[in-house]
Amino acid sequence: MYTPSIIAEAVVNGLLTGAVYALVALGLTLVYGVLHIINFAHGALLTCAMFAIWALSEGLGLNVYLAIPPLALLFLGLGYALQRWVIGPASHGDDGNTLLVTLGLSIAIENGLLALFHADTRTLSGDAAFDVVELGPMLLSRPRLIGFGVAVLVALLLWLLLAGTDAGKAIRAVAKEKMGASLAGIDVRHIYALTFGLGCACLAVAAGLLMPTFYVNPRVGNAFVLVAFTIVVLGGMGSVPGALLGGLLIGVVESLGGLFLGESLGQAGIFVLFILVLLLRPAGLFGARA
Amino acid sequence: MSKHAFAPVALVLLVLAVVPAFAANTTINFLVSALIVTLAAQGWNLLGGFCGPFSFGHAAFFGTGAYVTAVLQSRYGVNAWVGFAAGIAAGALVGGLIGWLSFRAGLRGSYFALITLAFAEVFRIVANAIPLTGGATGLLLKLDVRPANFQFASRAAFAWIALACVVAVLALSIAIARGRLGAQFAAVRENEDAARALGIDVLATKLRAICLSGAVTAAAGGLYAQYFLYLDANIAYGSWISVEALLAVIVGGIGTPAGPLFGALALHALGEATKLFAGAITGIDLVLFGLILVGAIAFAPAGIAGSLQTLMARWRR
Amino acid sequence: MRFQPISRRTALRGAAAASLLAAPSILRAQPASVKLGILQPVTGALAQDGELGRLGAQLAIDAINAAGGIKSLGGAKIEMVFADARSNPEAATQEVERLQAEGVAAIVGGFASPICLAASQAAARYNLPYIVDVGVADSIVDRGLANTFRFAPGFGMFTSVAISNLAKLNDAAGKPIKTVVLVHEDGLFGAGLAKLMNTELPKIGLQVLETISHPTPARDMANVALRIRALNPDLVIPSSYYNEFVLLARTMQQQRIRPKGIYAVLNGAASNYRFVKEFPEAAANVMDCNHWYHPTNPLALSVKKQVEAAGKVMAYNVPLNYSCVGLVADAIEHAASVDHAKVIAALGASTFAGHIMPYNATKFVGGQNQGASPVNLQVQGNDIKVIFPAAFADAKPVFPVPA
Repeated sequence: MYTPSIIAEAVVNGLLTGAVYALVALGLTLVYGVLHIINFAHGALLTCAMFAIWALSEGLGLNVYLAIPPLALLFLGLGYALQRWVIGPASHGDDGNTLLVTLGLSIAIENGLLALFHADTRTLSGDAAFDVVELGPMLLSRPRLIGFGVAVLVALLLWLLLAGTDAGKAIRAVAKEKMGASLAGIDVRHIYALTFGLGCACLAVAAGLLMPTFYVNPRVGNAFVLVAFTIVVLGGMGSVPGALLGGLLIGVVESLGGLFLGESLGQAGIFVLFILVLLLRPAGLFGARA
Repeated sequence: MSKHAFAPVALVLLVLAVVPAFAANTTINFLVSALIVTLAAQGWNLLGGFCGPFSFGHAAFFGTGAYVTAVLQSRYGVNAWVGFAAGIAAGALVGGLIGWLSFRAGLRGSYFALITLAFAEVFRIVANAIPLTGGATGLLLKLDVRPANFQFASRAAFAWIALACVVAVLALSIAIARGRLGAQFAAVRENEDAARALGIDVLATKLRAICLSGAVTAAAGGLYAQYFLYLDANIAYGSWISVEALLAVIVGGIGTPAGPLFGALALHALGEATKLFAGAITGIDLVLFGLILVGAIAFAPAGIAGSLQTLMARWRR
Repeated sequence: MRFQPISRRTALRGAAAASLLAAPSILRAQPASVKLGILQPVTGALAQDGELGRLGAQLAIDAINAAGGIKSLGGAKIEMVFADARSNPEAATQEVERLQAEGVAAIVGGFASPICLAASQAAARYNLPYIVDVGVADSIVDRGLANTFRFAPGFGMFTSVAISNLAKLNDAAGKPIKTVVLVHEDGLFGAGLAKLMNTELPKIGLQVLETISHPTPARDMANVALRIRALNPDLVIPSSYYNEFVLLARTMQQQRIRPKGIYAVLNGAASNYRFVKEFPEAAANVMDCNHWYHPTNPLALSVKKQVEAAGKVMAYNVPLNYSCVGLVADAIEHAASVDHAKVIAALGASTFAGHIMPYNATKFVGGQNQGASPVNLQVQGNDIKVIFPAAFADAKPVFPVPA
């Protein structure tokens, strides 16, 4: 029904899209792996980051890719502050409460953005989105290729950070055994906040990679969150390589599912895959046994 | 439910019973919406609050109850009350199915929560595509106002029916909490392995919980269908009801029989109250809503029921 | 607090003021304002459309009041009672109750079909007139509710006009189109439209190669574009909301996919000035069959200027709500009353001509305005022109699109 070249291109499309999904999922998997909370505000924070990219690019005329590093640093700090002084204290250490707090935050953030920016869809001006790189019969979008490269790079950096640096080791320690880590002198609250900050920094990068080809309005982040959850479970909660590979896999599944089942039913394909993974191998590709 | 909490609950129920008799339609409509969410939340509470597993996909049960009764009525001419009952049975069935698949695979905590989310999403996508549910056009229940058709000219009548359902489930919840089933639920919730060691059939217990839960939330879906008379995949299986049910329970006091009632009423009241601030700047009212939610949890982490209990205990001292 | 005796000056001033209030002054007496409920989803997923609807209603109310209000009620001014439908039917129903409690004479709006269905039904309990602004589902007017009116065309009308105009277009150009690919959003209007298209298009000699449905929101349209490229149809018929069509159009431009034409139906972006302004190349020569304002009516053009001065685009929500408010005001004028039954009767008999839509004579049958009709538009030279029907056209169609 479809020629091999069409299928090949669909796979490539899937990989390119999946890389950005992976970045969004990275933040989520870190937060889950360490803090053991499901962050309902993830989508709203992504939307925030996308608006920030838009504002920096349109308002200050900054090139999108140059805007990413400062924004990532900003979001690192923002995420740190949010976890340290809002989410952490408000939750009183209870998981159910954290759900509520992050939910409340997501409502406040989304509508705050609505109040500030109104509901109109914004896009980046300029023709960057139309730059193509020709690869055989395929016309690949340059921004999406850059997105792929940067996502892989960020995943690698994050993995190195977790494996090599002291902070990274502390994070892994807290993830594995909170009590023990605190007894060993690690400031758990600080580590929680740092991890949340890192998760938000990933969102800032993802936002910068998405904006050239996508758009932003106060609700845009929500569309990526469900997929991000799927990837987190698929890749294994708390696993950085898992999030990257899971993202790429989901991107390809979505692409091929869309090709063969239609885009709408193809979405069901992602969730069916999700359900199957959970039933058959809940730890995911790289996760520790639940 | 301790004696301390009984008085406020009884008071609230009394007020709810009396209000529809003379209140304005605006208030009654508010009550019906809040009571439908209460019922859905009570279902959630039976599973998550009493027995432990947190679900993010209770829409799967809500939508099933709604669609079953709507399809039976509009396509097969089945009587509305029979359809309502069928919806409840279907909810229990779907609960059993999801529970059997998930619990047998040993899913707990966030994994269970996410699989329920996935199920609800699959249901939504499929319901949006197949002709049986009306596909994307949705299902319109024919306006035929007769009590025998579960449609009432007076909004108050509907409010009383919703209230009756809520009271029935409340009584059921209290009975369960005090009985052996409740003890089994609590044991499983606190420590599954210990419960198993005590000889409790953990799988069977959880299955009972989720079937009950599914049935109750499906009833809420059926009520919704009868009241609003229009359904589509986003209304029936959308995440809004999963979130509201969950929110109501946590705000009201998770695991307490009256928690869902307090929580649903409080959240709806907050939603209405913040409308007063909906001025020239769009969205400010909802920003306030979100912030108050965060604040509420920060200062009253035990939820309304929990805080009430503390208050009453202190007052009696 | 020390008691301060009232000075004589103050007492005199007070007496003077009191006498002014007491004096019978027929000239000063303001008749009670006519409250009009405006229901739009300004928060939630539909916020973008809701804001535009509200703007249209506001402009109409301001204009009517500036022209002297409802003259048959002594120059009573119209007062907007705004209600946020929060993009879901439950909230909309609650707001209808509130509007009724506040004593509105009628409700205009809703926008989305599920919201319109729920809200008009809630209003029917009180025989409160409800005028649908956009919602195209045929079920809205097929329920036999006496209080519900729709000024704009419904679904059935849309499809028949879209298809007959496509046939005209194709015939006039010498039938260059043989194959079609349908792209549609998987909600109410997209899916319904695609179903009808699949039955009707073969009747005018066109072959549907494939029907591609996509969710809203869609994260990515690359594969939809890929399939279009693979199928290489003569014509693409997209029915999507704003964001998804913009994504598709941009992707098609990037992928250098240029069919002989893009013939959108009820598309959120194809006839949207923002899209044309932001992506002129992707938008060039795209056609749409959609709601539109009357292109040569001076009032419509002045409304357009006002909208642009407010920093917004003249999307169809604006002239539709503008016209619906005018319709209600006209009915109240004729009824010389805000009594629900009288207003409904006046609406049913309405021949309102002061609107800014390109419609034939207003005539309601079963709540649906028979004079309503969509028009065909095309993006030409960074502007949006009307190409059908001839009576309102201000440009000739460019078809097939030059390669």
